[in-house]
Amino acid sequence: MRYLPLTPAERSEMLTVIGAATIDDLFADVPAEARLPGPVPGLPNHASEMAVERHMSALAAQNLSAGTAPFFLGAGAYRHHIPASVDHLIQRGEFLTAYTPYQPEIAQGTLQVLFEFQTQVARLFGTEVANASMYDGSTACWEAVAMAGRITRRRKVVLCGGLHPHYGATIETMAKFTGDQIERQVPVLTAEPDHGALIAAIDGETSCVVVQYPDILGRIPDLPAIAAAAQAHGALLIAVVTEPVALGLIEAPGKLGADIVVGEGQSLSVGLQFGGPYLGLFGCREKFVRQMPGRLCGQTVDADGRRGFVLTLSTREQHIRREKATSNICTNAGLCALAFSIHMTLLGGEGLARLARVNHDRARQTAEALSAVGGVEVLNSAFVNEFTVLLRRDAREVVRELADYGVLGGVSLGRLYPDRPELGHALLVTATETTTDQDIHALAAILGEVLANAHEGSPT
Amino acid sequence: MNAPNASGWRPAMGEGGEAPAILTVSGDRGLTLEEPLIFELGRPGTCGVDLDEPRGEIAPGLARFLRAEPPALPGLTEPETVRHYTRLSRQNYAIDLGPFPLGSCTMKHNPRLNEKVARLPGFADIHPLQPQHTVRGAIGVISELADWLVTLTGMAAVAMTPKAGAHGELCGLLCIRAALEARGDAREVVLVPESAHGTNPATAAFAGYRVENIPATADGRVDLAALTARLGPDVAAVMITNPNTCGLFERDMKAISDAVHAAGGLVYCDGANFNAIVGKVRPGDLGVDAMHINLHKTFSTPHGGGGPGSGPVVLSAALAPFAPLPFAMRGPDGIIRLVEEEDAPQHHPQSFGRMAAFHGQMGMFTRALTYILSHGADGLRQVAEDAVLNANYVLRSLEDVLDAPFGAAGPCMHEALFSDEGFAEGFSTLDLAKGLIDEGFHPMTVYFPLVVHGAMLVEPTETESKAGLDRFIASMRSLAARARNADPALKSAPHLAPRRRLDETQAARKPVLVQPQ
Repeated sequence: MRYLPLTPAERSEMLTVIGAATIDDLFADVPAEARLPGPVPGLPNHASEMAVERHMSALAAQNLSAGTAPFFLGAGAYRHHIPASVDHLIQRGEFLTAYTPYQPEIAQGTLQVLFEFQTQVARLFGTEVANASMYDGSTACWEAVAMAGRITRRRKVVLCGGLHPHYGATIETMAKFTGDQIERQVPVLTAEPDHGALIAAIDGETSCVVVQYPDILGRIPDLPAIAAAAQAHGALLIAVVTEPVALGLIEAPGKLGADIVVGEGQSLSVGLQFGGPYLGLFGCREKFVRQMPGRLCGQTVDADGRRGFVLTLSTREQHIRREKATSNICTNAGLCALAFSIHMTLLGGEGLARLARVNHDRARQTAEALSAVGGVEVLNSAFVNEFTVLLRRDAREVVRELADYGVLGGVSLGRLYPDRPELGHALLVTATETTTDQDIHALAAILGEVLANAHEGSPT
Repeated sequence: MNAPNASGWRPAMGEGGEAPAILTVSGDRGLTLEEPLIFELGRPGTCGVDLDEPRGEIAPGLARFLRAEPPALPGLTEPETVRHYTRLSRQNYAIDLGPFPLGSCTMKHNPRLNEKVARLPGFADIHPLQPQHTVRGAIGVISELADWLVTLTGMAAVAMTPKAGAHGELCGLLCIRAALEARGDAREVVLVPESAHGTNPATAAFAGYRVENIPATADGRVDLAALTARLGPDVAAVMITNPNTCGLFERDMKAISDAVHAAGGLVYCDGANFNAIVGKVRPGDLGVDAMHINLHKTFSTPHGGGGPGSGPVVLSAALAPFAPLPFAMRGPDGIIRLVEEEDAPQHHPQSFGRMAAFHGQMGMFTRALTYILSHGADGLRQVAEDAVLNANYVLRSLEDVLDAPFGAAGPCMHEALFSDEGFAEGFSTLDLAKGLIDEGFHPMTVYFPLVVHGAMLVEPTETESKAGLDRFIASMRSLAARARNADPALKSAPHLAPRRRLDETQAARKPVLVQPQ
């Protein structure tokens, strides 16, 4: 076995040192009836590197990968170009095969990266502080709701209709067990989000209001108006950013009154990966720092007075505080944070702004091309790189038929909201810097054909 | 001392190690390189990515939302970026550099085939919301891995979505709570041994339970009598780590499960240490109802300096109906599908809901499956045997110089536990750990589990060679002697690392968490 260094001779030599006759003597504490006499039945034995690679490659080949098709999916997971240097650097063994930096004297590489990452996230979000990452955007969002409850000591949570439905579902699941009272609104297909109902739902019992920015339909909510309403009732505003590239163009939520900003960092060099691992971003006001979940890296000095970094404020955390911890999170998304941070370092603030502009260009061009297709209407009055179109037909069927033509045309709202038939004709379309003119032409042409073929069934 | 080392140099006791006091202008010292922050290196406006010129105007509708100025983040070109992170990387210790015997963390070798496979575009470049018929191979990976996990553990089903161990614990407890509520049996208490990992009580509290501790026996195991006495109609579950955090197998696991079940409760097993028994014991045979498996421990996906992890939860038949969405289920046509909200009412109606967006840690699934297929059933059994062999070898090679509180009671499993008993006055576990850094090793887990004073938990893993272990043992023996003999140089170790001891009090008293602008 290529990963096991002990030789049979060494094994017996070691057993002698231990004073055991056989390896099974070391498993003597396992009750005899639970000890398997040989390998677990029903499973194959070891395989060579070549054989395993062949098997896994065959599985990979069964998937239609984004790079081989005109591709327009978003809805919380975005396809952006990953610079070659990022993937090289995150595979350096010193980053890849290190543990959580519990011994700071020999983990300054990881720790300095985390300090830089926290600073980048805080400046991107316009918050005073940020943590060292969460699992992903949806769990970060739930943790923000839990944190708001600790701060305000209130139980009512208002979720805007534009919040990603998986995020809303995650919060609802957790609330079943914590007793939080969730008021979850549904999206209404209007050109601009109408915050009337949202603002009306905020009252003196409200712990927080959760608003996605841009929202699930690609529209930009009016954060200052919502922040003012929340503040008037002593509630916190949690802004949720599923596409951080958008913040290269639109104002940082922390500058618009958000008290906590969470997000999904996958866009910057984490990759699509069928949904995970992703990267939870978490920023907030400094006065809430002792209520934050997750790891925090802080600056300090060593015994010689040299600058160094350590994990800090760990009295919030489970390994110290146990059942009184602010969260049960332990392992988070360190390597994804590194990828994000390297990409952000390559871009710089102005590069990010330029990247967002290019995304916006591509999306505008896509929207223009689609509005020229019969049976397609663009919903949004404003968007960055993601927008909603209303189709003449059920969008789920259209997406399936487009896929049969080799086009990955978007995310149907029917997939996201199966219990909301009124959203069934809406399709969420995303374009990024990876979208080419040919992709846009292909989508427009084939969408036109699919819509025109409405009653002739899908191609075989 | 005087053990020969790899360079042939024989350090002399008391004089080896200290770097000569040569000052350099740069602050760098040979291959020991200092590195500023990107905020000190970068320039506003510099960009290491070539981007297209924007072609059109910004849509007028967006005008009122625009950012006043770009984020205040300096950029670096590619050569500067590569150098910055490469220099930083050299300040990290890592498995690739040497033994990393962090007990309970399972720092084993991360095979590079796993990395290669995870980067195949068919896995790395697919969107979680693509139509399911365009991602058959991805669902195939989930289903193959699920089959392995279920078979290896002897359980009925597995929830694949949890994103790390602690998230898996939460998943298991929520299944338990949903199952109890489904039978109209509200219970309030979760019992947790005092030796448990901190995530256990934190998770139970998060799931809305009151946590009560169960004491340990003198031989480092759950006190069955105390546990049984505490059971009753208010106890929802017990959370047991097996092998436990003292590195010992819970001999009474089956009796514990039977007692808990008889009292109407359920058994959660923390599977953080499954690597010690994989292929040797099936937790399902011990009456476990739910157990998370840290793919980043037992199945070698890289720890990455703190994640990402992955924590699938295997479930008994009693809990499977409550597993979270999406849930991989085989249909009558034999094809595995991911049941999501849409078809849950029909196929998985009792699910407690969704714990996170999308389908779980796919990038970790491909790596773990690659690892599992490489080892096979025979290789995984050998993994457990070698891990246990290595730990016992360390235990028996050190117990004459370090106190091993449970050493006399029999073999350990995959990790060996020592205490600071016998150290000179004023010398602690921390000093020995920092001394290991100077010796070129990553320290073991220290001060955990809490049930042993000055605990040192050493987990060598199966991927450490005997020669590597012998070098580690020689260093440990020397350090133990220095701690017993009050060597003052040990108090101020490390001397040879990129940094000496850091002032954690200052960091916490006045936190500086971001670079000021």
